[in-house]
This record gives sequence, structure tokens and C-alpha cells, in this order.
Amino acid sequence: MKNTIFTIIENRPLVPSIFRMKLYGDTSAIHNPGEFVNIRLHGFYLRRPISVCCVDDGVLTLIYKVVGAGTEAMSELSIGDPLELLTGLGNGYDLSASGARPLLIGGGVGVPPLYELARRLTASDRRVSAVLGFNRADEVFYEHHFSALGCDVTVTTVDGSYGVRGYVTDALPDDYTYFYACGPLPMLKAAARSTVTAGELSFEERMGCGFGACMGCTIRTKNGSKRVCKDGPVLHKEEILWDD
Amino acid sequence: MGRLSTTLCGIALDNPVIPASGTFGYGTEFAAFYDINILGSFSFKGTTRRARFGNPTPRIAECTEGMLNSVGLQNPGVERVIADELPRLKQIFHKPVMANVSGFSIEEYAETCAMLDAEEQVGWLEVNVSCPNVHGGGMSFGTDPDAAAAVTRAVKAVTHKPVIVKLSPNVTDIVMIAKAVEDAGADGVSLINTLLGMRIDLRSRRPVLANTVGGFSGPAVFPVAVRMVYEVAGAVSIPVVGMGGVRTAEDVIEMMLAGACAVEVGSQNLVEPTACQRIIETLPEVMDRLGIENLSDIIGGVRHG
Repeated sequence: MKNTIFTIIENRPLVPSIFRMKLYGDTSAIHNPGEFVNIRLHGFYLRRPISVCCVDDGVLTLIYKVVGAGTEAMSELSIGDPLELLTGLGNGYDLSASGARPLLIGGGVGVPPLYELARRLTASDRRVSAVLGFNRADEVFYEHHFSALGCDVTVTTVDGSYGVRGYVTDALPDDYTYFYACGPLPMLKAAARSTVTAGELSFEERMGCGFGACMGCTIRTKNGSKRVCKDGPVLHKEEILWDD
Repeated sequence: MGRLSTTLCGIALDNPVIPASGTFGYGTEFAAFYDINILGSFSFKGTTRRARFGNPTPRIAECTEGMLNSVGLQNPGVERVIADELPRLKQIFHKPVMANVSGFSIEEYAETCAMLDAEEQVGWLEVNVSCPNVHGGGMSFGTDPDAAAAVTRAVKAVTHKPVIVKLSPNVTDIVMIAKAVEDAGADGVSLINTLLGMRIDLRSRRPVLANTVGGFSGPAVFPVAVRMVYEVAGAVSIPVVGMGGVRTAEDVIEMMLAGACAVEVGSQNLVEPTACQRIIETLPEVMDRLGIENLSDIIGGVRHG
């Protein structure tokens, strides 16, 4: 974990309400795909946890959705502005469990953390399939980033305006060794039900601190209480207690 | 003795800065950011007789200059705290620690305190009387002077360590509660605990917290805390630990002028993990600027007229 000041070098919308922010700074505390950073914003008491999309030579890429006043304030920040980030938070995905043909399942703003994961997996010669789900054609982003890595990419849209009509679970391949998922809770639930292998899913909770101190984000699992920020956000499929 | 030193119930502190219970876990998360031995002490996570999961999520809501929490006293239970957390703490913190204790019956408070009394690392017992009294119709121990006094007497009977009763601000007259626990033998009081609050999500029209209500803390509550510390310190003769929205070295000094002999820092640790380090490091220069030689000289030093 490290609390440092980054400088914004890009902050622009990829598609309506989804922004990409690139920041330059000390990324040395960031290790695994699936980790997050906690951003201190002027005028807001609590920080905003945002998952890491990727890291390249001191440049951190975040992709976030404008959902409230905090992320809206983030979207109004300019190139050159300083931003205080707590980095190296959360456990991240376990790459060693992937097997030869891992499957990535991402929904909406849950897609970004899977990008760094796809980079690492393809770099170690895994044959990666990615199923990326969105609501509509004009919300689709990063499809070509995944295919450029050599991933076998399928895009789904709920209204059928692009790719396969339906949800990610309508387009899962038959053959995969393990899965990694990130997206809204209903998607995670469906992914856990529809997948035939073991896998890992990344969860979201409202957080106080983001580093395990306040117990604000604790959920029950089959392995006892877990702090989403510290013991997660990535949990194994087998340990998750679904509400229903 | 340095310029920052103070004394709390007969135990010397290098400085008055004490992270507040529930914002500092059992210390380990913060040891990753700085050497926590620079602290005066810290108050560990509220501990109960048995393990508690706490409330469902969301447990956290943001407010202007503050936050709500409804964690619900999640903790592994006193046995696991003694078996797992205290040995871990011993590796990273070499000063007396404040053991924060909660309970839902008088017997439970006494049992938990008796077990912690045997631990040499524990310097003080900080007894949180904000929990609902399951045998008393669910009303908080801390809102009833008789119940607060009964908890104090029960705890005092099982320990020789100083007992500091942590008071709830959700009362009509906090001075009356403070006097009741002083009369019952409390060695000190700490205040304020969180103020009961609520937020509603405008889109869903539902409470933001799964528990509907939660405790409000953060810089927004600081003036309320200063007022209550001032009133209580003027009415009791036992030491007062001030807390509530403390964020800066100046806030620490203000709390001490109001009558606090030590100051707890809560929510700020969550949004700024090195907050206490910053406060301790900046205290000397702020004292220089204000012409304060020794912090202990200013306790209760607010002037009138």
C-alpha cells in the first residue's frame, strides 16, 4: 500500500458516462490485476475506490463510470491536476489458477480490471476467451483492446444492437479451464451459476477506508467474514454465499 | 518528559494522540503506513464477549464533512482477540493499549473486562456504553444514568486497570451521565461517540444504510464534541478524553483547551491513514505559533470574559 500524489495526463469519455483517466506517478505498490486504488477528491469526505485497468511504466489507467457526485467531480478534473491515491489495495486475481484456456467474463464498468489480467494471461501463452457484456451498442468499449491481445472476444448487448443479443451468460464458450468475472452483482450471480469450472469473481461494496481497518464492507462467505476491500475484492466461486 | 506528554489516569503518554476505537482495527493495517509506536496509545476495535458479524452492508454512507457507519460491532470475540490479536499487536506496538469493550448485558461487560484485565498489554479499559441493553428493553446503557452507573460498577469490580467510560452524545444531558459514571467509580470518561444519523438515497428512496440508521462522525461533528467535552470537563473531577471530528493539531489543542487530557482521532484515520502521524509531527510547530510550551499546561485552559 502506498499513499501518493499522481498527475492526471488523460481524462476523457470513452463512451457516454464511462471515462478513462490516465495518471502518472508511483505505481510500485500495484501488483496484481484486480486490485483497486482509493481516490481522495476535494469536497468529498470518503475516498472513491476504482479498479485498476492497467499499469505501464508509471502510467496508471483507470476506467470509471459517472454514477454520482463524486465520480462526476472526477470527470471534471483536468490534465495536469494532482490527485491523491492510495494504491495497492485488495487481493486481485490469482493468475496461477487459470489453466491453459481461461475465460474472462466482464459486464460494463466491470470490464476494465479484466484488461490487465488478459494482458498477463496472454503474455504467458494462455488461450484467453473474453465475453464482454453491455446494455447497448453505444456503451461498448475496449473490445478491440482485448482482441489486439489475441483474446477470442465475444460482445453481448442486452438490446441486441451489437454482437450477441442477451447477457454474457448467453454467450459463454463450451471449452475453458477456469473463469474470472467482474461486473454488476446480478451478472456475477448468473456467471457463477452458468459456469462449469471453478473461478474468481470481483465484488463491490461501499467502503469506509479501503484498507481493512473500518469493517465497513464485510460480507459473509463460506470461509467466514471477509472484508471486501482487504480479503477481496476477488473471491472464489466456491466460497460465495449468494443471498437467495 | 517531552513537550507533548500528558497523563491519562496515572499512565504517562508521550503525546495525547490516540486513534479511536473502530477506526484503527487492532493496529496492523496502520503499521503498514508508519511506526504506530509514535502514538500516545490507541483504542482497539470494540470487543464483545462473543464474536459478532455485525450488520448487513451497506454499512457506510458519506455525508458533508463526515460519514455514517453501521458496522454493528463486528469483532472476533474477546477470546480470539486475546489469542490472536494481542500477540500480533505485541510485535508492532510496545506501549499500553486501550481495550475498548462493548456488551449487551451487565454480565457480558464484566466478563469481557475481567478477561482483558489479565492482559499486561492493556493499559486502560474503555467501556462503550452506547450498545442497546438487551435486558433493559433495548435502550442504550449510555442514555440511562442508572444503567451506565451499573455497568461502571460491574466493570470496576473485576479490574484494577483504569476504567474509562465512553459516553454517547445521543442524550439530553451528557453531564448527568458523566456524573453518574464518576459517582459509580469510573476513572475517566471519553466522549463523544458517534451521533445517530440517517441518509436516504434519492433514486431508490431507501435508506443508504442497510441498518437504516448509523453513527455520524467526521469533521462536521467537531463543534458538538468540543462543547460536550467542555461541559463534562467542567462538571467532573476525573480525566476526560476528547474525541469527535478531530483532524488537525489545532483540533487537538482546541479539545485540550476545552478540558481533554488526551484526544482520540477517529474517522480521519480512514480517509487519511497517516492522519495521526501528521498530527503528532505538526503539533510542535503549532504549539510554537500559539506560544504553548507544554501541552499539559493548557488542559481546560479555555478563558472567559
